[in-house]
Amino acid sequence: MNGSLLGGRGRWLVYAVPLLWLTLFFLLPFFFVLKISLAESIIAQPPYTPLIGEAPDGGWSLQATLANYAFLLDDRLYLLSYLTSLRIALVSTVLCLLIGYPIAYAIARARGRAQLILLMLVILPFWTSFLIRVYAWKVLLQGGGVINGVLLWLGVIDAPLNMLYTEGAVYVGIVYSYLPFMILPLYAALARLDYSTVEAALDLGCRPWQAFLKVTVPLSLPGIIAGSLLVFIPAVGEFVIPELLGGPDSIMIGRVLWNEFFANRDWPIASSVAIVMLLILVLPIALLQNSRREVGDREAEAHA
Amino acid sequence: MRKPITLVSLVLFGYAFLYLPILTLIVYSFNGSDRVMVWGGFSTRWYSALLENDQILSAAWLSLQIAVMSATAATALGLLGGYVMVRFGRFRTRTLFSGMLAAPLVVPEVITGLSLLMLFIALEAQFGWPSGRGVTTISIAHITFCTAYVAVVVQSRLSQLDPSLEEAAMDLGARPVRTFLLVTVPLLAPALVAGWLLAFTLSIDDLVIASFVSGPGASTLPMVIFSKVRLGLSPEINALATLLIAAVIVGVSIALLISSRGRSTSTPR
Repeated sequence: MNGSLLGGRGRWLVYAVPLLWLTLFFLLPFFFVLKISLAESIIAQPPYTPLIGEAPDGGWSLQATLANYAFLLDDRLYLLSYLTSLRIALVSTVLCLLIGYPIAYAIARARGRAQLILLMLVILPFWTSFLIRVYAWKVLLQGGGVINGVLLWLGVIDAPLNMLYTEGAVYVGIVYSYLPFMILPLYAALARLDYSTVEAALDLGCRPWQAFLKVTVPLSLPGIIAGSLLVFIPAVGEFVIPELLGGPDSIMIGRVLWNEFFANRDWPIASSVAIVMLLILVLPIALLQNSRREVGDREAEAHA
Repeated sequence: MRKPITLVSLVLFGYAFLYLPILTLIVYSFNGSDRVMVWGGFSTRWYSALLENDQILSAAWLSLQIAVMSATAATALGLLGGYVMVRFGRFRTRTLFSGMLAAPLVVPEVITGLSLLMLFIALEAQFGWPSGRGVTTISIAHITFCTAYVAVVVQSRLSQLDPSLEEAAMDLGARPVRTFLLVTVPLLAPALVAGWLLAFTLSIDDLVIASFVSGPGASTLPMVIFSKVRLGLSPEINALATLLIAAVIVGVSIALLISSRGRSTSTPR
């Protein structure tokens, strides 16, 4: 099928409208961030030096500086917050995978109405406000909150645990918020899986867990990769969850960027923080695009 | 097929994890006490307080307007984008096009917000547009990232549609634009409804991007909620949360009813 439907001007228009919009409002903005990351912070409106200034002799001069990037490398706070973000995102991704896989597997193996209901129950929280769901954990994890109350009542603990404003709370928040992003691609991969291959492994003497590890998991790898990237990439830049649930030890890079911009009003530093974050995420984003394209190609072949 | 007890308990644990926080908020929204964590008997006082809170109500109205505008424009753009991806075959700028169409799904919100604000400020300095920041700039930002989500939904539906229906219309003499509007778009209707609802939800829920591109006097609902819960708990927000959750449950139930009659299910991803 080669786009024979719309010819000439109509075809061009269908292509040009989204292209122009995305170029103007998605691609172009990054160049402005790049430009400002090379400027110096000044007290003015806007609060940064122009990239091309007037030289004393009346000509033009390029006033680009890498000082902001040098500052990021120099100050341990930034390096530490990048590493903290990567660590928190990685651990959260693994936790999402461990919790999400059994659910995705159960949905894929369920039949008819049960499958539809299980799937809807995963998607439903995704439709409710993200901010509200993160706030809900603030209520749950309070010193006098429900979890502490139940643990005290059961006699598991003697005094309320300090759970809110810790790194653990950030993990809970991220895993909770991003779990559907993990389950849905996993479910898609597991639903496509041909279970006669698993049965063959069982017939040939594999134990169930061996068949699971050697047949089911490798065959669902595209779903594992897509789900992990969909959780990992946004988690690295997460702001709301560490801000509402995290403590002083969970300084993630999204929080640093926010504070540089809103509290310190240092646009050049905020911009260079954003550029470095993008550079870190370019590889995972490219991997995700690639995995989506492969799945798309395979689906296209299946329908051809 | 026997059901292993471990799998069932893991799945039950997973669903409990998904729903426990939501149920807790609903229960506490009926707490009569001034302090969120102390139970003071059943009461609907926070719902009446909510209805008298002009700040929350006007923010909700603003968010609603932005969400309807953004979702509608994003559905149109996402329809075109998804159509190009599925029906245009291979073309020279396909990698760039598909990259720009999908990347807003995963680029962290703080980066999208910051970069759009930088663009708006540069445009204003150069061309005098957009003058100031508020509803217009927030809507443009929301349209941009919602388009990516709509395009995903449209793409997955369109790739399952048989192109021979469109070809038949053309063979019978319909012009391309007519075929697109009278055959393709109606066939895509469930995906367009799902995409619109998804875009609406994402727009009305966005805090980070709106905070960057908003200006004085334009506070959206998430911005007001965030300022109230940043440093503590708020019983009014518990009531608001319950109303929002109820709206979602009603909306999804209606969508399910319609789609089960249409025998087609559309999921966000």
